[in-house]
Amino acid sequence: MHYALDFADLRQYFMLFVRGAALTIALTAASTVIGVVIGALCAIAREAGSNGFRLFAGLYVEWIRNTPFIVQLFFIFFGLPSLGIHIGETSAALIAMSLNLGAYATEIVRAGMRAVPRGLSEAGLSLAMTRAQILRHVVLPQAFAKVFPALASQIVIVMLGSAVVSQISVPDLSYAANFVQSRTFRAFESYLIVTALYLLLAIALRRVLMRCAQRLFRGVAKVRGGAR
Amino acid sequence: MTEFSLWDMLRGLVLAGRWTLVLSLIAFVCGGLVALVLLVIRVGRVRWAARAVALYIEIFQGTPLLMQLFLVFFGLPLLGLEVSPWVAAAVCLTLYTSAYLTEIWRGCVDAIPHGQWEASSSLAMGYVEQLRHVILPQALRIAIAPTVGFSVQVVKSTALASIIGFDELTKTGTMLTNATFQPFTVYGLVALLYFAACYPLSLWARHLERKLHVAN
Repeated sequence: MHYALDFADLRQYFMLFVRGAALTIALTAASTVIGVVIGALCAIAREAGSNGFRLFAGLYVEWIRNTPFIVQLFFIFFGLPSLGIHIGETSAALIAMSLNLGAYATEIVRAGMRAVPRGLSEAGLSLAMTRAQILRHVVLPQAFAKVFPALASQIVIVMLGSAVVSQISVPDLSYAANFVQSRTFRAFESYLIVTALYLLLAIALRRVLMRCAQRLFRGVAKVRGGAR
Repeated sequence: MTEFSLWDMLRGLVLAGRWTLVLSLIAFVCGGLVALVLLVIRVGRVRWAARAVALYIEIFQGTPLLMQLFLVFFGLPLLGLEVSPWVAAAVCLTLYTSAYLTEIWRGCVDAIPHGQWEASSSLAMGYVEQLRHVILPQALRIAIAPTVGFSVQVVKSTALASIIGFDELTKTGTMLTNATFQPFTVYGLVALLYFAACYPLSLWARHLERKLHVAN
């Protein structure tokens, strides 16, 4: 059977795709910032916190990492209102994405913290730095510099996973695909276009993140290179 | 509104969970077999074929699984194949899993020192013999822990099959929610069941990682 691809009907929805992509990018950017902060805090809690913090962070990380994102999203959007917590769909998506990234980022940052040689912390102590100062100025920058590629991959994964938020009617890129296919009956074409757009976004996002990393960790990398 | 006790809900979800496990198993086993073939091509000497596999991996890792599902679900009928959500989900998850496993395993093959290739080549072994007798047995050991770790990802991925109408755990959760108006309880239970399936796998992967790492 032959099927002729026809993209002509989709042209009028150009702006819809653009707006969808913009929301996907915005959600990814915001959840990256929140998620990385959560990750750093939980990594510190798991490595250096009191037992209570350690347990709490551990539960959070394991819980998120061992359940599907879509179930987390549905739990937040459909489940929490029964406790009287009402959240809009875009906020629910942002919360779910941030919590999801936060859990993975915790483990990634933790691996980085473990890879920082103990001698550096001891050197900090001998300079009369407090533990907080050592974390802030010595351990965390090096940890982030070491694990940045893994963190970037995880951010891309969260961006791609966010396609699911259209299921709670967040008007993101995948929502645009659903909308257009229901109007034009060109399902395959609209999903093809949107899939290609996601691929472009993923490649661009990775590039941007690696560029940022080069800027951010230039000094740290030099220090590390010099120390060896 | 029908009355459901907590017990009824849990029973319904556990029964639906069977399909999640079956789909995961299909995806993992079939995906693994496809990945093995792709791996042989990916690390092989035929440049353009290796590059084609690299592109395949790039596409599956660079696009959302949800879009892949929709493309398979709407695309296969265009080729004249009638597909049920079952077939579409199984096909799609197999392809998705194969792309990730190929990449994971390629990393393991790359971790084998180059001298092993050269030594086996100097023994006049062909490419397939080298892989079969020298490289893969060693790579297998490194590959076990990350492969078990990835199985968690496969189980979680099957949740997306609910969106194209596959009656597994998440879909059943949604239907139960519509019937009972108790989303908090239902999705809580759904999460609990996924956790029960995935956490042991995570622990096992971590255990293997530690064990095999120490032995090295």
